[in-house]
Amino acid sequence: MATDTLSNHQDHAHEHDHHDTAGTKIFGFWVYLMSDLVIFGSLFATYAVLLGGTAGGPTGADIFELDLILISTFMLLVSSFTYGMAVLAMNADQVDKVKKWLAITFLLGAGFIGIEIYEFQHLIHLGYGPDRSAFLSAFFTLVGTHGLHVFFGLVWIIVMLIQLQKKGLTDMTRPRIMCLSLFWHFLDIVWICVFSFVYLMGVL
Amino acid sequence: MFGKLSFDAIPLHDPIIMVVAMGIAIGGAVVVGALTYFKKWKWLWTEWLTSVDHKKLGIMYFLVALVMLVRGFADAIMMRTQLAMAAGGAEGYLPPSHYDQIFTAHGVIMIFFVAMPMVIGLMNLVVPLQIGARDVAFPFLNNLSFWLFVAGVALVNVSLLLGEFAKTGWLAYAPLSGIEYSPGVGVDYWIWALQISGIGTTLTGINFFVTILKMRTKGMKLFRMPIFTWTSLCANILIIASFPILTATIALLTLDRYFGFHFFTNDFGGNMMMYVNLIWAWGHPEVYILILPAFGVFSEVIATFARKRLFGYTTMVWATAAITLLSFIVWLHHFFTMGAGANVNAFFGIATMIIAIPTGVKIFNWLFTMYRGRLQFTSPVLWTLGFIITFTLGGMTGVMLSVPAANFVLHNSLFVIAHFHNVIIGGVVFGMLAGLTYWFPKAFGFKLDEKWGKRSFWFWIVGFYVAFMPLYVLSFFGAVRRMQSYENGDWQPLMIIAWFGAVLILIGIACTVIQFLVSIRDRKKNADVTGDPWDGRTLEWSTSSPAPFYNFAHEPEVNDIDDFWNKKQANGGKPPRSKPPYQDIHMPKDTWEGPLIGLFATVFGFALVWHIWWLAIVGGLATFAVFMARVFRDDVDYYVPAAEVERIEREHQQRVEMQA
Repeated sequence: MATDTLSNHQDHAHEHDHHDTAGTKIFGFWVYLMSDLVIFGSLFATYAVLLGGTAGGPTGADIFELDLILISTFMLLVSSFTYGMAVLAMNADQVDKVKKWLAITFLLGAGFIGIEIYEFQHLIHLGYGPDRSAFLSAFFTLVGTHGLHVFFGLVWIIVMLIQLQKKGLTDMTRPRIMCLSLFWHFLDIVWICVFSFVYLMGVL
Repeated sequence: MFGKLSFDAIPLHDPIIMVVAMGIAIGGAVVVGALTYFKKWKWLWTEWLTSVDHKKLGIMYFLVALVMLVRGFADAIMMRTQLAMAAGGAEGYLPPSHYDQIFTAHGVIMIFFVAMPMVIGLMNLVVPLQIGARDVAFPFLNNLSFWLFVAGVALVNVSLLLGEFAKTGWLAYAPLSGIEYSPGVGVDYWIWALQISGIGTTLTGINFFVTILKMRTKGMKLFRMPIFTWTSLCANILIIASFPILTATIALLTLDRYFGFHFFTNDFGGNMMMYVNLIWAWGHPEVYILILPAFGVFSEVIATFARKRLFGYTTMVWATAAITLLSFIVWLHHFFTMGAGANVNAFFGIATMIIAIPTGVKIFNWLFTMYRGRLQFTSPVLWTLGFIITFTLGGMTGVMLSVPAANFVLHNSLFVIAHFHNVIIGGVVFGMLAGLTYWFPKAFGFKLDEKWGKRSFWFWIVGFYVAFMPLYVLSFFGAVRRMQSYENGDWQPLMIIAWFGAVLILIGIACTVIQFLVSIRDRKKNADVTGDPWDGRTLEWSTSSPAPFYNFAHEPEVNDIDDFWNKKQANGGKPPRSKPPYQDIHMPKDTWEGPLIGLFATVFGFALVWHIWWLAIVGGLATFAVFMARVFRDDVDYYVPAAEVERIEREHQQRVEMQA
């Protein structure tokens, strides 16, 4: 598991009282992710309840453009793979490769966000903004909350690139790359649920 | 430039608020003046505000909670006074718009800014000591959580002087809390105060969950943990699983109010019952977040003062775990009248009744701990006995409310008010005051005055019964909650009795204040030199009082439940002392980022309340910038040299020997 990958970098002199700080951090981050999952759970539940609240406006089938979403979905899935490559490079102590793979991950994530922004502004332009109906409110909020998370992930990647540039792979940056890794894969899993429940079931 | 904010926002027309404002201004000036005169600003900043020491954070949580208790109680006695007056067509002295703000503020303050910080404050003070840890898992986050909580407190208090507070009741039910029916800033204060402090609470939950699971000392298996730590663990699980629902719900309400979304509106497909479901999916676990640690306090107190191991340790743990689980499947009992149908109501009614079983297990465990123990009637024990009786009564009225058919009649009446004060005062407040008395010496190095503590207890418990038993009676005559005046003059005598009960509680609070003053005056006489004033059973009593900042010179080793007690018995009743050689101790450094983020979060929230968009951007960016400063900081920890540890330990042992 994620904790194990770090165990061989734990051997500094004074660790007797703070056994395995990196492991504690990563465990704490897991717990945070689970609490974040509750937020997404609440939003999914809200979406399910308000699905029929279209108030004479469009349903999902009327507005979802599956081709575009499929492209952005693949961008996010591939970005999880490229992030995985970054972690492998970190375990091999190849800092330049870590940076390279992080940069590629960033570009894929930015592309995903770009498509989402296009989708949103297109819908708003058509008059199907979140204030049109409860269904659209729930749709924009669920998808937008995921998008906001991806945006923060992008900011975090930039921060990590700066830190890798300045400090290299240290006891401080390694656990952070692992946490960001968990975050990024987590967003991928949430997106798979969004794609299945919102988009696929919406057009079926 | 200033959004909706203008000079009209200051309620100059309201003499009550203006008097309070002057009081706050004078009090604030005295504090600022004293800090300046005694040149204490630097001390305050370095020793307290920036501290990551969980014991100091615990004390600060409790201090803020006590101040807010006074404010929340002021609201309470104003309501009782109003209802004692406003009978048979009289309007009393509070107009409806003011009365509505007061009952909302009372509920919000008492739950979020009194009960929660007391519970979290005690956890901070006690849990790391009980598990033999040197600090929490994430000390910086702990400081940050505190300051986010303070940001919420600040916003609630600013609402008193600028603008208004919500008039919606403490949970701001939609659509009343929507922009159409609450166009003022009151609900926005509610939103941002709870949103910011709620994020702090979630961080606390994660922090203590990880602390308890990962930082326990050698040999401290889960089933050797003290019960207070167990109940804290379960409360933190509840925080992690439920507070995100609150965050999401408030965010949805925010979108409705600020951007015209339609989650909870009457029109455009919105569903207001979705709000009520979501808020109680958080709200019901919330009451167990408050009561479980109180159960933990009573368990520690009763085992210590009955001088017996707690009866049924294992069943106590499983009862706690069962309540933790059940608390998530009963939320609908708060709105049986929604119209979900008989089957749904039956399920939630029965699930609610089942909670009485593990709770009953606990009651019997406490009773059997006392049975054949040598009970010392100290004030923490009095609080515990008062709790057992009062809480059992409150639990029974709770079971009455859980019967859906009865609930249709009792719903929204004073019966509900009497019931939850019955369990919250009898449970949480008594528990926290017991915990305060019990662990005060650990925090400050001297005991609280017993005489004034007992007086406080008697006024509180008598005051509680005088104030709330009449409300049960009134509810049978049809008196509803949240009414500012009533036609039926026959209710007035009972209302006046209830008012008198509130006055008795006021005297109880005054006794606590006097208790603090007297105890500080007599601190030499009541000094706790050994660190073990009650002949305690758990690890927190094995270190000095107040505990050194590193808590334990050596990592303690534990072989049993109540291991410290066993070690004392094996050592002729005397606690074993730490011996050289000592080692360097790894400790976290203080943080200026926490208080600064709290400050900017307050600015951010305030700007959003008043729609001052540029200031919100400034506040948000400043928060982010400070956080980045933290992220890029390298020197976050240091080592206490072994020689320094040895000096502190030797001084403590010399004091103990001198006293002996």
